[in-house]
Amino acid sequence: MTTTAPPGPASATTRPRASTPRRLRAPAAFLLGAVLLLGAAPLALPDSRLNLLAKYLCYAIVAVGVSLAWGRGGLLVLGQGVFFGLGGYAMAMHLKLADAATAGERLPDFMLLYGSSDTLPWWWQPFADPAFALAMTVLLPMTVAGLLGFLVFRRRVKGAYFAILSQALAAALSIWLVGQQATTGGTNGLTGIQGFFGYDLADPVNQRMVYFVIAVALLLLMAAARQLFVSRYGELLVAVRDSEERVRFLGYDPANVKLVAYVVAAGMAGLAGALFVPAVGIISPALIGIVPSIGFVIGAAVGGRASLVGAVLGAVAVAWAQSTLSDAFPAAWTYLQGLLFVLVVGFLPGGLASLGALRRTRRRAPASVRAAAPTTSAVATASTKETA
Amino acid sequence: MSGAALTVRNLRVTFDGFTAVDGVDLDIAPGDLRFLIGPNGAGKTTLVDAVTGLVRATGSVRFGDEELLGRPVHRIARLGIGRTFQTATVFEQLTVEQNLDIAAGAGRGAWTMLRRRRAVPERVERALETTGLADLRDRPAGVLAHGQKQWLEIGMLLVQDVRLLLLDEPVAGMSHEEREATGELLRRVGEDHTVVVIEHDMDFMRAFARSVTVLHAGKVLSEGSVAEVRADAEVQEVYLGRASVVAGEG
Repeated sequence: MTTTAPPGPASATTRPRASTPRRLRAPAAFLLGAVLLLGAAPLALPDSRLNLLAKYLCYAIVAVGVSLAWGRGGLLVLGQGVFFGLGGYAMAMHLKLADAATAGERLPDFMLLYGSSDTLPWWWQPFADPAFALAMTVLLPMTVAGLLGFLVFRRRVKGAYFAILSQALAAALSIWLVGQQATTGGTNGLTGIQGFFGYDLADPVNQRMVYFVIAVALLLLMAAARQLFVSRYGELLVAVRDSEERVRFLGYDPANVKLVAYVVAAGMAGLAGALFVPAVGIISPALIGIVPSIGFVIGAAVGGRASLVGAVLGAVAVAWAQSTLSDAFPAAWTYLQGLLFVLVVGFLPGGLASLGALRRTRRRAPASVRAAAPTTSAVATASTKETA
Repeated sequence: MSGAALTVRNLRVTFDGFTAVDGVDLDIAPGDLRFLIGPNGAGKTTLVDAVTGLVRATGSVRFGDEELLGRPVHRIARLGIGRTFQTATVFEQLTVEQNLDIAAGAGRGAWTMLRRRRAVPERVERALETTGLADLRDRPAGVLAHGQKQWLEIGMLLVQDVRLLLLDEPVAGMSHEEREATGELLRRVGEDHTVVVIEHDMDFMRAFARSVTVLHAGKVLSEGSVAEVRADAEVQEVYLGRASVVAGEG
């Protein structure tokens, strides 16, 4: 056994966690991200490109949640479109009402066109209040995720069944929205949004402001997610992912552990949907159904679902590739997306982020761990007597 | 001695018409180091599964004053009953220390959970010493040797602060030295815990058991000290004769 133990702290008495460069790596990366997003990108990119980047960053916010729920928690959340949609519609409903009020109309424009009644539906009314609508962009998805997760995790639904259930929900919500032309805008969704809390979205300056809001939100959520990753909860979440039954025998209820990750991821997707609306000016069933729901996950998978930075970069890269390639070959993108998903999940489960880690572990091969136990023994794995 | 006796009365577990445990009565006094032996299919593991809430059972299982049957697994665990499995199940991606820290944490509040693990709890430190895994604390549990994983599991029960440990074949697949070390570990643990060990290995049982229960076809066949059980003619017939062959192979 060749002992290539890591050079510094290998003994038990020194605590190896605290070597200074490692400690500063995360804050340094965070700072670099902030400089790139808040300094370099706005300076280097023209308005139209910056606006596209704002849209991609919304997908990146969803990916932060995916990284938590799927990467750390092992929950294949294939229905994040639902939460993205709930957040997006909550925001768009408020902005449509505000636009209507500015224009001096009693109802949003599409209701005047398609609506049968000339009063606002009761469930639209509270969204006229900006504070209520803002709170709902996050609380609504979290509540739905909480109820769903409570039912699903308690019944120990997991793996592919959970993924299919999530997908079905995304399909159901988008179908329902299409059917409610008079109150949700149907297939068109809520479009033509002009103002954002009093700011005219047609003004490039205000579009830049929206970009900054989104970039700051992404940075803050990444910081929050990182705290969750390194916390005791994050360790417990990985334990639940790897051996749920064992965790139960330690006195925890794994359903609750998973529920927290699921609800937090839903809240992030909701906020992303809400920020998407002023950046792009539309929310519609086509943006939240099955295909986009899978898209939310692919970005994280390509970049590396267990790595926060990997998931975020992957989401941005895939979104960028999608808009570039689907312009050139509109029909080919869906196939390419599917192929990408299969390739990554099949051959590189850790995503691109795992390439670096693979190289590192190669260099630092597992050192002799067997030497130090109470008995210095040759291991008897040969005589595994697995009797039932 | 943390004293709560395990009292099993008329325990019955049935799978699709097959009765795996058939009216077992069992009394395990606080501080006992009890070995459960019996041929394959005798119902040993099923008995432990029933006590820990993994399978449904009828009858009664009391730990101190608490009835265990009908409670969910994690509630039974919180009453102070811990178990290991035939195949060591540790969290392979986490380090030894993280494994122990999680085992120690089932009553932690939200605030503690959301913060980073900084200091090592004293219980974890003691378990690292007891199990001899202190030097491996920062290793991922997945790279540990088979024996070390079993010790880690026992360590996890210790930090979990259980009063009753149920160990399912802790020395299966271990080398001779590892068996010795495990036996010594059980002795140390047995000083202030009640321990129940399911085992096939007769030498191991003879060396470390304080009392023995022999199960056969879902029923208790014999119970007593090692010497008493060995002297029991019925036990010799159904089990010991065959087991000595097994022990010879292992």
